Amino acid sequence: MVSTPSPSWTPDQPIVRLADVHKSFGTFEVLKGISFDVRKGEVVCIIGPSGSGKSTLIRCVNALLPVTAGSIQVEGIEVTNPRLDKLALRRKVGMVFQQYNLFPHKTALQNVMMAPIHVLGQDRHEVEVRARALLAKVRLAGKEEAYPGELSGGQQQRVAIARSLAMRPDVMLFDEVTAALDPETVKEVLVTIRELAEEGMTCMLVTHEMNFARDVADHIYFTDRGVIVEHGPPATFFAFAQDERTRRFLSQVL
Amino acid sequence: MSASDRKGPRSEGWPGDLPVLLPFAIPENAPPARLRPVHGWLLCGLAVVALPAWAQAGTAALSPLDVVVKWAPLLLTGFAFNVAISLMAMAIGTVAGIGLGLAMLAEGRVLPRIAWSATQVFRNVPWLVLLFFVMFLVPFQVTVFGIRVPLPDWLKATFGFSLPVMANVAEIVRGAVRSVPNTQWEAAESLAFTRRQTLWRIILPQCTKRMLPPWMNVYALIAMATVQASIVGVTEMLTLTAQVHAAEGGRPELFAPLYGFALLCFFLYCYPIDRLTAGLERRFETR
Repeated sequence: MVSTPSPSWTPDQPIVRLADVHKSFGTFEVLKGISFDVRKGEVVCIIGPSGSGKSTLIRCVNALLPVTAGSIQVEGIEVTNPRLDKLALRRKVGMVFQQYNLFPHKTALQNVMMAPIHVLGQDRHEVEVRARALLAKVRLAGKEEAYPGELSGGQQQRVAIARSLAMRPDVMLFDEVTAALDPETVKEVLVTIRELAEEGMTCMLVTHEMNFARDVADHIYFTDRGVIVEHGPPATFFAFAQDERTRRFLSQVL
Repeated sequence: MSASDRKGPRSEGWPGDLPVLLPFAIPENAPPARLRPVHGWLLCGLAVVALPAWAQAGTAALSPLDVVVKWAPLLLTGFAFNVAISLMAMAIGTVAGIGLGLAMLAEGRVLPRIAWSATQVFRNVPWLVLLFFVMFLVPFQVTVFGIRVPLPDWLKATFGFSLPVMANVAEIVRGAVRSVPNTQWEAAESLAFTRRQTLWRIILPQCTKRMLPPWMNVYALIAMATVQASIVGVTEMLTLTAQVHAAEGGRPELFAPLYGFALLCFFLYCYPIDRLTAGLERRFETR
C-alpha cells in the first residue's frame, strides 16, 4: 500500500488542524463546530464534563469515527476525504484507550511487537529489540512475558502506550487513559506520558487530571455540549476563566 | 425420649420397643442423590447382562446373546461407517461453516445477507429433509474433465449431513466473534491493522476456545443423526441391524438385544464426547 503523500505539509505548519468539525449520531449532534490547531511537539489537553463530546472528537482524528461535516487534517492528510487511506493515517497517529484494550492472548512483548511486524512488515529481530527497549522505557522491564491478565491496570496501560509507540507515530491520542485506574497507579501512567511530552511527542489528551493538565499541557481546551467554551495556556486558563460554565466545572473538579 | 433410643432395636421401655414400622425419614446427613457417569455405565452393564437372561425365556435356535455375538463384527463395521460419515460430514461442514460464518461478518451488504439467509435456512429445517434433498437431487455420478466420478450413497449422505453442520458452525463462529468486545477491533484498527489481519490475528485466536464446546456438541448430535441415513438406504449400523434381524428370522425376542447393541455403541461413543464438552465448558467458564 502506498502511503498518501502529504501535499505541501511542512513541519512548521500545524500537525493537526481541525476546522468546524461537526459530528452527529442520528439526530443528536455531539460536536457542533470544533476548530483548533495543534503544532508539532505541542501537548494539548481537552477537558470538560462527561458527555461533552471529548472522546468523540479525539476518535475523529484517527478516523475511528467519521465526521459529519468540517475538516480534519493530520500532516496535511485530509481525514474527511472519503477515499482516505485510513491505514496510512493510523500509522502516523497512535492511540491509547481508557480500557487499555491490550490483546489478551498475547504477552506484553508480543502486544508491542505485533503491529510493527504485521502492519509495517519490519524485521522481527529489530522489532523485538525495539519493543524490549520501549517496555523498559515505560518501566516494565521484566514483564515482557506477562499476559495482560497478569498485569495491573497501570502496567497494562503502560504496555498499551509502548504498543502505540512501537509504530513510531507522529501524534499520540490519549482517551481518558487514567479514568479506569486505581488512584495509586494513575501517577505511573502520567509520569510516562509526561516523559513522552518532554521528548517532544505531539500529544492530544482527553483527561480529567487537572493537575496533570496544568503541569504538562501547552494549551487547554474546555468543551461543553459540543463546542469549545474556553481555551488558553494553563496559567491563564486556570487563573482567569471567563465563562460561567468553565468556572463551575473547575470549581467542581479542583 | 431421644432419637437414638427409638432406633435401638434392643432398648427396653415403652412405647418405642413396640414392633411398629416407623415412618420413613430421610437421614439428615445423607449425600444428595445425583446421577454420575458411573450410573450410566452400570445401566449399560445391566442391560448387557440382563437382556440375554430375559430372552432365555424364548426358545430354541441361537440365544439372543449368541446372535449379537455372531453378528457383532458386521454390526460394528456398520457403526464404523456411522463414525466415518459423521467425521467427514463434520470436517466438510466445519470448513464450509467457518467460511459461511466469516461471510456473515464480512463488510458490505450483499455477502453477509446471503450468508445469513443460507445459515438460517440450513439451521431451521429438519436434517432428514436436507438428507432427502441431497440424496435425490445429486446425481449418482458426475463427469469432471471427461472422468466419471461415481457418487455413492454414503458420500451423498455425508454431504447431506455436512449442510446442517455448516450452518451450525457458521452460527458458532459468528457468535464467538461477536462476543469479543468491540474495543479489540478499535485497538487493532488504530494500530493500522487491516480488517482481515484483525480477524485472523487478533479476534479469532481469542475465540477458538469459546467455539470448542459448542462445536463438539454439534459433533455429538451429528454422530447420532447419522442413523437417519438408513432411511435413505445407506448401509450403516441401523440398516445392518434390521438386515441381521431379518436374517435371523425376524424373531421378536431379538429386537431388544440387537437394537440394544446399536444403542449401546452410540451411547459409549457419544457420552464421553458429551462429558468432555461439559468439562471444557466448565474449565473455560472459570477462566
